[in-house]
Amino acid sequence: MAIKVLIPTPLRPFTDKLDTVEVAGATAGEALAALVAKHDGLKKHLYTDEGKLRSFVNIYVNDEDIRYQQKEQTPLKEGDSISIIPSVAGGRQ
Amino acid sequence: MSNAADFPSLGPEEIKRYSRHLIMPEVGMDGQRRLKAGSVLCIGAGGLGSPAAMYLAAAGVGRIGVVDFDVVDYSNLQRQIIHGTKDVGRSKLASAKDRLLDINPHIQVDIYEEALSSENALRLFGPYDVILDGTDNFPTRYLTNDACVLLGKPNAYGSIFRFEGQASVFATKGGPCYRCLYPEPPPPGLVPSCAEGGVLGVLPGVIGVIQATETIKLLTGIGEPLIGRFMIYDALRMKCRELKLKRDPECPVCGDHPTVTKLIDYDEFCGIRPDVTAEAQAMAASSQWEITAIELKQRLDKGDQLFILDVREPNEYQVCKIEGSTLIPLGEVPRRYQELPKDVEIICQCKMGGRSQKALDFLRTVGFTNMKNLKGGILDWIDKVDPSQPKY
Repeated sequence: MAIKVLIPTPLRPFTDKLDTVEVAGATAGEALAALVAKHDGLKKHLYTDEGKLRSFVNIYVNDEDIRYQQKEQTPLKEGDSISIIPSVAGGRQ
Repeated sequence: MSNAADFPSLGPEEIKRYSRHLIMPEVGMDGQRRLKAGSVLCIGAGGLGSPAAMYLAAAGVGRIGVVDFDVVDYSNLQRQIIHGTKDVGRSKLASAKDRLLDINPHIQVDIYEEALSSENALRLFGPYDVILDGTDNFPTRYLTNDACVLLGKPNAYGSIFRFEGQASVFATKGGPCYRCLYPEPPPPGLVPSCAEGGVLGVLPGVIGVIQATETIKLLTGIGEPLIGRFMIYDALRMKCRELKLKRDPECPVCGDHPTVTKLIDYDEFCGIRPDVTAEAQAMAASSQWEITAIELKQRLDKGDQLFILDVREPNEYQVCKIEGSTLIPLGEVPRRYQELPKDVEIICQCKMGGRSQKALDFLRTVGFTNMKNLKGGILDWIDKVDPSQPKY
């Protein structure tokens, strides 16, 4: 199943500057695992050393936060897109 | 908001000035008087605060407060359009106040030359209807959010990085807050700052004006504010996305059983020790991995064999570089580290020393041991060794 993962600007240096990466996976967790398998540099930005998703990284399937769905078990269907929404602080400087 | 009859009336000059508002039924005389009675506090007179405050002044928001303690610098002018070239070196507040009153002398501008803190936030926010968050760091973001929740004041939120911006309205009654989205801040150093990552100058214009738009809607009570919705704007692809945000019943600040009931130490919450930046912390923890610009120069002059690894981006390398250095951008290091010599000492270098520290930390994990990080990066090198090159 082809799933599009939308990569936010701060993480694009770790995906060869790609803004979208296509991966396969039946759940959000599987798709993210496939993503970091493709782009190793992303791993420490998305996961803790214990392999848990970092709490300051939000994962959305389409426009819904997986925290309020079935978390990493949230099922995916063909054509779904995953968004990674990291914390960004910039503004004043 | 109370009855429109309680709001201040408009004088003849104001009626002329706001005529394009007055002829729209959604704003009209009532809405314009609500704006005049309304007040907003802009946290920061920078990239986001500049365009937001200017449009709010022009729109006739009666009282605009600005909190900042910075001085106008040349590198601000690319996006902080409230300030002009003549203002370089001046306080941002003095410059902002002049500009806002020039746009609209019928408004009141309050300035607060202080850093927002847990001690002053509630006092500063108290007299305002809406808080406009245009800050540039996580501790102040969480502080602004928590103070808004505690006082029940809406937070017109905006944030930017490079080509991408975010906007939402937090802390309205029953709506989500910033902590519902981001319960915890990222550890220091993991998220690059604008000074490190850069920002497209027009981007804060777009996001700041969205914040101003939301402020006007909140003050006049029209339209559908960006509550429970999170907007992401990608200037490069010119795409806008909207994500759903829910109030988290478990949220420590706005949840059903809040555990944060007064303002806390936000530097500590964000993992920043007093007076020590994330970069300095990382440095202190690894001082044997460090070299100063002067030491590097001495070793090069002595003829020491060194491999200088510049981990900045190619466009930065074009501005200035250390002669003989090799460019591998930080993001490519995990894939290209095999290109590095194993038998020569490696000097990691970037703009200020932050990214090169990350490169060094990574290279240690793959077995490199003979390395140093150039303290203060190329900026320090230019200051102390090679002033002929431009700084950026």
